[in-house]
Amino acid sequence: MTSLLELDSVKVSYRVAGKPRLVAVDDVSLSLGTRQVLGLVGESGCGKSTLARAICGLEGLDSGSITFDGTPVKRLGMRTRDRKLLRIQMVFQNPYASLNPRRTIGKQIEDGLRVNPDRTAWTVPDLLAHVELDASARSRFPHQFSGGQRQRIAIARAIASGPDLLVGDEPIASLDASLQARVAGLMRNLALETGASLLFISHDLSVVRVIADDVAVMSKGKIVERGDVNEVWSNPQQPYTQQLLSAIPKVDGLGILPG
Amino acid sequence: MSQTTAPASQAQPDVLAVAARRRLRFPAALRNPLAVTGTAIIVVWLVLALLAPMISPADPLAQNFDRLQPPSAAHWFGTDQLGRDVLARVLDGARVSIILPLLLVVSSLLVGTIAGSIAGYFGKVADEVIMRIADLVFAFPTIILAMVIAASLGPSLTNAVIAMLIVSWPAYARVTRSLVVVASRSEYVVAGRLLGNSPFTSLGKDILPNIIAPVVVLATLDVGTAILLLAGLSFLGLGAVPPTPDWGAMVSDGVQNFSSWWISVFPGLAILTVVLAFNFLGDALRDGLDPRTADAVKGRAL
Repeated sequence: MTSLLELDSVKVSYRVAGKPRLVAVDDVSLSLGTRQVLGLVGESGCGKSTLARAICGLEGLDSGSITFDGTPVKRLGMRTRDRKLLRIQMVFQNPYASLNPRRTIGKQIEDGLRVNPDRTAWTVPDLLAHVELDASARSRFPHQFSGGQRQRIAIARAIASGPDLLVGDEPIASLDASLQARVAGLMRNLALETGASLLFISHDLSVVRVIADDVAVMSKGKIVERGDVNEVWSNPQQPYTQQLLSAIPKVDGLGILPG
Repeated sequence: MSQTTAPASQAQPDVLAVAARRRLRFPAALRNPLAVTGTAIIVVWLVLALLAPMISPADPLAQNFDRLQPPSAAHWFGTDQLGRDVLARVLDGARVSIILPLLLVVSSLLVGTIAGSIAGYFGKVADEVIMRIADLVFAFPTIILAMVIAASLGPSLTNAVIAMLIVSWPAYARVTRSLVVVASRSEYVVAGRLLGNSPFTSLGKDILPNIIAPVVVLATLDVGTAILLLAGLSFLGLGAVPPTPDWGAMVSDGVQNFSSWWISVFPGLAILTVVLAFNFLGDALRDGLDPRTADAVKGRAL
């Protein structure tokens, strides 16, 4: 399998006032093939989101390199994004903040269509239909939609640009339980349908198990285990993974609370 | 049967189209009572300013009448200490006192917003340079600095406006900068950048529409301050050079003749109505520009 995204000993750290630098991502190497769905799991604060932001060029690297389809990913800063890197798109965690409140849904999806190399691939009503929204949504504003609908609009906008890699940074974390599986499944289907890979970040292992092919487990800035999702699930090698899996609430009637 | 219904169904869209065209002339956001009142007052003043030479009861500069006459049928607003008709001067003064402050507010809004958004969005060197210049202006009392600049440029209305522009843009830059700093961290701005927006596109498309409302409201409130600042400069002989009528200068004159209340009350009322009208308009604009409150505004539309 040719590798679409290649992370080579990536290290990202933050400056914390009055303390030594906080290393959020420490020496992470990872590769992701085309049309592959990778679930990245780990507890809060383990560096998942920082890694996602680094892949999109939103964080500078201390050391190591990220290569996307042969192009090195550099920090975006104040430049216009490299055309090749437009093929990486991200869906954010908070659906209430990820859409511009002053512009209609149609206009925002058109922003995505404008950078799609295949201009005839989608139309706005098409995309809205694919994320199970009414075509009349295009002339409405974000505040007229619920959280789950907004997240689907954000997914439509990302897909509109024809990405080769879709990064979901906990896209289901702020949705209610009944919607989580649906939105996650929608992301997987849309990504695969358009020939894109999906990096799905979540702390919800049960959803990752359903939608991901591979899973990578992250702890304290490092990737501790990576493998086929079913294998990791049935036979976790690392103690941290075992701990994480055992923390999934079970419907066993015993009332054990996780963690 | 089908022949009779066909023209009717064709006629209907036409009627609707005409109605839609008529509605487009005045945006729905501005059709609430406050905005209509504000706009009406401003329009009336602008018309009066334009027609002043024709409708004026007397020459605003001529000292033809008895001094300090109280309002009467002959002189509705009375006469001032030099025997000039106050009504004529108020009407003529509208030309200087409305148009120049308006011009000033618009230009300082533009300069301040552009400088502030560049400082807030690009940060680092741009931020430091622009905001330190702004601090430099803030460090001096507004009227003193405007005086110094106006004095060094020479007394004239143009120079007074330039001096006022220099002292008034930093307030807009400050407000805009802090709003831009907050807004530029929003996920929708980041998402826009990821979709290939250049920093300037991002500023214009994603950030400014979301932060401009408070700045516009600040500007409408500032019209009053600008009228008074221009009045202050005129009072010191650095703005409107006497005997050019100017509302602010007339209020200052009235202060010296305290028993003749009409000299300052009428230009004062004129300033009040203009400032009030702009504040109404500003409030309506703020609500109308925001899609979250626009529906509620349209519900109240006249």
